[in-house]
Amino acid sequence: MTVEAGFELPPIDVRVTRADLVRYAGASLDFNPIHWNEQVATEVGLPGVIAHGMFTMALAGRIVTDWLGDPGAVLEYGSRFIRPVVVPGDADGALVEVTAKVREVREDGTARVDITAKFDGKAVLGKAVAIVRLP
Amino acid sequence: MPLDPSFVGHTYPRSETYEVGRAKIREFAEAIGDDHPLYRDVAAAQAAGHPDVIAPPTFATILFGKYSMGAIVDDPELGLNYDRLVHGDMNFAYARPLRAGDRVTVTTHIAQIDTRMGNDFLTIRAEIDTEDGERVITALSQLVVRA
Repeated sequence: MTVEAGFELPPIDVRVTRADLVRYAGASLDFNPIHWNEQVATEVGLPGVIAHGMFTMALAGRIVTDWLGDPGAVLEYGSRFIRPVVVPGDADGALVEVTAKVREVREDGTARVDITAKFDGKAVLGKAVAIVRLP
Repeated sequence: MPLDPSFVGHTYPRSETYEVGRAKIREFAEAIGDDHPLYRDVAAAQAAGHPDVIAPPTFATILFGKYSMGAIVDDPELGLNYDRLVHGDMNFAYARPLRAGDRVTVTTHIAQIDTRMGNDFLTIRAEIDTEDGERVITALSQLVVRA
């Protein structure tokens, strides 16, 4: 694959509903009630039920693995969780918009990809970076 | 009460063995809405050079939660208030992808403790190794205990 710094990966939009959060809670074994119980979430000062940070990170990571073909070519993936994705109880849920850009192509055949995930127009992940081996 | 900084450098005993299963990988991939064939189709995974289906990159959060979070939350000496805990960041470094059939353990270290404006910042390093000692993933994560 010939890739240069500045290349923009095909963007993805992901819609997240409460049902998705419950399903992710079961699959990830993270049953913290702030991710499914409105009362508990508001009691601890959150604006409502929020998505697991790791769920948002998983959704955002797909922009890289879809593009790479082989998810096994991800050498490093990290992110900060800077803003919550608030998920209402309706059928529409929350929309997470993911974009990514190749920041650097290295001589050893790896590349650094910077990922942006936005909810409500604001970034929810900080310093979301994947280091990948290019095919 | 702030966390005791003398816990920096503390290592918890190596966890029990967790066997990565095809069904759990598929369940996790479906939960993140990812229908990539390498997570569910053994033939496709082998054609790509993997011995079996591989796990999505963030699948390791299961191991981190079950064993690393489990170890620190259950440590009465550390005295962490789980109700005030939020996830600050997560970073995974992969020697190779986790795959079905892997039998792995998790070793959890407390790498750093800082207290700023009443909030405690706890940095955890988790090493995910096969039973034979092959390093597969190193996870580094900051947890925040809000004041």
